[in-house]
Order: sequence, then structure tokens, then C-alpha cells
Amino acid sequence: MIWDNQNETMKRADLITLQAERLGNLVSRLYKRVSFYREKMEKAGIRPDQVRHISDLKDLPFTTKEELRTVYPFGLLAVDKDDIVEIHTSSGTTGIPVVDAYTAGDINIWGETMARCLTMAGANKSDIIQNAYGYGLFTGGMGVHYGARKIGAMVIPISGGNTKRQLAIMRDFKPTILTCTPSYSLYIAESGREDGMDFSKAGLKAGVFGAEPWSDSMRKDIQRKLHIKAFDIYGLTEIIGPGVANECAEHDGLHVFEDHFYPEIIDPKTGKVLPDGEKGELVITTLTKEGTPLLRYRTRDITWLNHEPCSCGRTHVRMHRLLGRTDDMLIIRGVNVFPSQIEEILLKIEEVEPHYQLVVERSGQLDELEVQVEMNEKLFSDEIKDLENMEKKISSQLYGVLNIHARVKLVEPRTISRSEGKAKRIIDNRPR
Amino acid sequence: MMIKQLSIFLENKKGRLAQVTATLAKNKINIRALSLADSADFGVLRLIVNDPDRGAACLKKNGMVVQITDVIAVEISDKPGGLSSVLKLFDREAINLEYMYAFIEKIKDKAIVIFKIEQPTKAIKFLKKEGMPLVRSSVLKEL
Repeated sequence: MIWDNQNETMKRADLITLQAERLGNLVSRLYKRVSFYREKMEKAGIRPDQVRHISDLKDLPFTTKEELRTVYPFGLLAVDKDDIVEIHTSSGTTGIPVVDAYTAGDINIWGETMARCLTMAGANKSDIIQNAYGYGLFTGGMGVHYGARKIGAMVIPISGGNTKRQLAIMRDFKPTILTCTPSYSLYIAESGREDGMDFSKAGLKAGVFGAEPWSDSMRKDIQRKLHIKAFDIYGLTEIIGPGVANECAEHDGLHVFEDHFYPEIIDPKTGKVLPDGEKGELVITTLTKEGTPLLRYRTRDITWLNHEPCSCGRTHVRMHRLLGRTDDMLIIRGVNVFPSQIEEILLKIEEVEPHYQLVVERSGQLDELEVQVEMNEKLFSDEIKDLENMEKKISSQLYGVLNIHARVKLVEPRTISRSEGKAKRIIDNRPR
Repeated sequence: MMIKQLSIFLENKKGRLAQVTATLAKNKINIRALSLADSADFGVLRLIVNDPDRGAACLKKNGMVVQITDVIAVEISDKPGGLSSVLKLFDREAINLEYMYAFIEKIKDKAIVIFKIEQPTKAIKFLKKEGMPLVRSSVLKEL
């Protein structure tokens, strides 16, 4: 099923015309109403009437997260404050939060793109959605909520956390779709199993998981443990929240809703736009947003694009599932390491559960990477040599892919903290 | 003739062993014998207890990784050459030991040795043939 046939399957030529028109409109709005962007454009010697084609985008300036912080809270408003009906912000754990201010029109578009995502996961009017994304300033909860309302599905706004209650609701209301972070879905699966819950009979059919990078092996693990189809969703507070892109049933990349959010991939060092298939930083321009529109926003997310037609019928470009973030990329002894690579390797080893943590230390001049893996009954042997061999096996497989030696440490179950939101995978103790 | 042994994964950090013994104490499980094998980061605690099934269950409930392993227990005389006589037999029959540990009985002048063996059925068979007294689990319960 496709939620918005007209826009999601639009001919590429028509889509590009629409994008160019919307880009021109965006640039003139920004120039007229947002001094932050007017100054940037003047500095770059760009007049809004010069922007006519989507190919003109590459000459426009980028926007970074640091810049958004300098104009906190309302410096990017492109409409009167009276026209803003809702705000969301990032958590601010890494500094001043960034603000997304929505007009009624923005909320409507958000609901539409979220309805597209949920429909991709098979949702329709008869579905019951257990929405375990956090409600509040975080965009996850409200985003799914607006999408579910558009579709007319029944939404259970349980929000994140309180796992016992999540399981009780699951038993009593028999939801068909679960929405939360992928790591929390596994936490629910684990707690449910301890409670004696049989997920093959729970009635769940699909999950829409996002807000953190996850691997294909983790998808398989979730699908097996929860007896569902797992769909990857992408979005970020700065752009609109969840609902920027989502996987269709082909599970071969996430369709970016490019009638609203125009994606580019750039080389994070040079800023040069990269062709299809080349890995780099995702940059998004919000073509239709009214409240806080952004020009070429650098997401820090690493992926690549694919314009090949998709067999699902949608014409929108696909982005590969996130490969990591430019800011959670670890540089260990000069080698770029993404936690998602390590996860992929670990989960290929049958006995290993997806509970791991990376600890980076500096001993003398040398970086040391320790990969902590939680012990479980499948992995355990009562002979030291078997356990040491398992450590060696993991370490040599890591070396095979990363080309650096990692120390593998088996730790007791439940000693790696389980988050009810985003999993904390990295402890970097190196002096800065 | 197999004896059920509990094998528990422990990280090498403060208080881990104490947590195991406290859990067993709380559940009134008596430890008959123990051995601890370790590497730099972790250890494996092996226990013979009076009620292995209940012991495993209460440790698991406390979040520990526990495995029940089959071992054999042989009664030997508590004097020079006691252990040697059994090991000589193993050697002769090409039986591989994975690990072993021993404890002394309180009343009788005997010691009991716990063996983890690669080929346990073969070992049991010839130990019997050689007249070596194997210890039953019911006996260990009452010691």
C-alpha cells in the first residue's frame, strides 16, 4: 500500500520541476525573512532570483548544528511567532538544544510524511499502534501520533520506558504495530521473555524503529525475537522529526520524501557533492517547511543515495540505512571505526547477543579499543579455554574487518546499561 | 553415576563471588565442594551443592549465567598414592581430563575427587570394572 500515490510515485521529471519550484520559493522566503540566511547568502554573493534549478543548490551555503545553537531559541523563524503552533527541541545533552518550530501547515506535512512511513510498514485504519517513542519535546512520540491520526489507526500513546507496563498493554490491547528505538524493542523482547510472554502469539506484525543507527543483523534479531517485520525510519529534530525517510517492504534502503526534504551526500571534509553509491554526510534542504526552514543542513549522518527505480513503485530516492555519524565515528590509531560495523560483526556470531559496549583508552601514545560483550547461556562454557577461544574468535573477526586489534572482554549479563531510549555504545576515555 | 555440578560465569571484579555465596545462603543451599578457574578478566566458579537444580534456578533468577555440567565423583583413600592410582588408570585408558578438584570427607578416612572428563561413559564403565568407588549424587546430598 502507498499512502500518497500522487506524490510518492510522481515521475522523476515532474518531481525535479516541483523541487526546483519549491527551492526557489524557499530561498526567497529565507532571504526576505531570516536575517541569518540573508547574511549568509550575501556573504556568498548569491541573490535569490539566481536560484532556478535544483542544480543551483550546490552553490548555496550549508547550515550546521553549531550555527543553529547561535540563534537559539527563535533566530530561524521564517514566519510570525503567532503562526507557530508547536515546538520541539533536541535533548540538548551535547550542548544548547536546537529548536524546531512548526506552523499548522508544518504539522500537517509531518502527519502526511509519517502516514507514508506507517503505511510502508503495512499500517491502515484497522491497526493498533503501540507508540513507545517518547512524548514531549522529543519529536518521536508526537510524530508517530500525527501519522497514526492521519491514517485513522488506533494509537496507544504509552511513550517510552516503564517496560512492565509496555508488556501489560501489549497483552491487553493486542497492538499490531510497535514504534520505538531498535534497542528498546530488544529490551522489551528480553523483558517479555523473562515474563514468560510468547511473542509469536502476541499479535504484533510490524515495528517501525529509528532514532539511532542499527544494523541488518540487529533487524534479524528483532524480527526473530518479536515475530514481526522490522522497518527502519529516519528523521531528525532539525528537519521535522521522524518521517524524513522510511523503508518500504523491499527493505533495500529508505525512501526519502524528497518532495519535502531534498537530500544530498557530501564529502564531510571538502563539502563536495558525491554521486550515487558514494558514502558521505547526508545534507537536507527542507523544501516546504514554513516555521524553521533549513538550507543544506548537515545532518552528520553517514549514508549513500540510490536513484535506481524501486520495485515497490515509489519514485523517491533511497538512502542506505545509516552507516554511522560523523560525530560518533571513532578514529582509533588513525582508522575510522563506526560502532555499526562492530555490531554487524558481533551479531554474525550466533551466540552473541546485541549487548555490547566499546571502551576506548589511551595507553602511552597508543589508542586501545576494548569491546565488551555480555555473557549469556548460549555463549557460556565452563571451561576457560573455550571462553578464551571465543574472545580470540571475536577479536580476529573484528581485525578482519577493521584492521585494528581490539581486546574483547566477556562481561556478566546485564552489566552494560540498557537504555530505554538510545543505547550508549561508546565510552571514550581518551584525553582531549 | 553422573553428578550435577553448577558452573557460574564471574567477572573478575570486587564482590562477585560474595554475591553468589550470599544468594545460595539465602536459599539454604549448602556448598559441598568448589573450584575456581580464572583468566585475567573472568573466572568460572564450579560448585557441588546439595540441591543443584534449585541452586541453578536461584542464581539465574539473580541474573547470573549458570550451567549445569555433568561430572563424575570418585572416592579414593586419603593417603599417599590415593589420587595417583586413579590417574594412572585414566592414563592407561587414554581418558582426557578437562579439569579436576578434590575435597576431604569429614568422617571417613577418604577423599572425593571430582572429574570433568571428555568421555564420561567410557570412564564410568572402566572405573566400575576396576572396582573404584563412584559417588552417587544422593550420597553427596547427605555428606
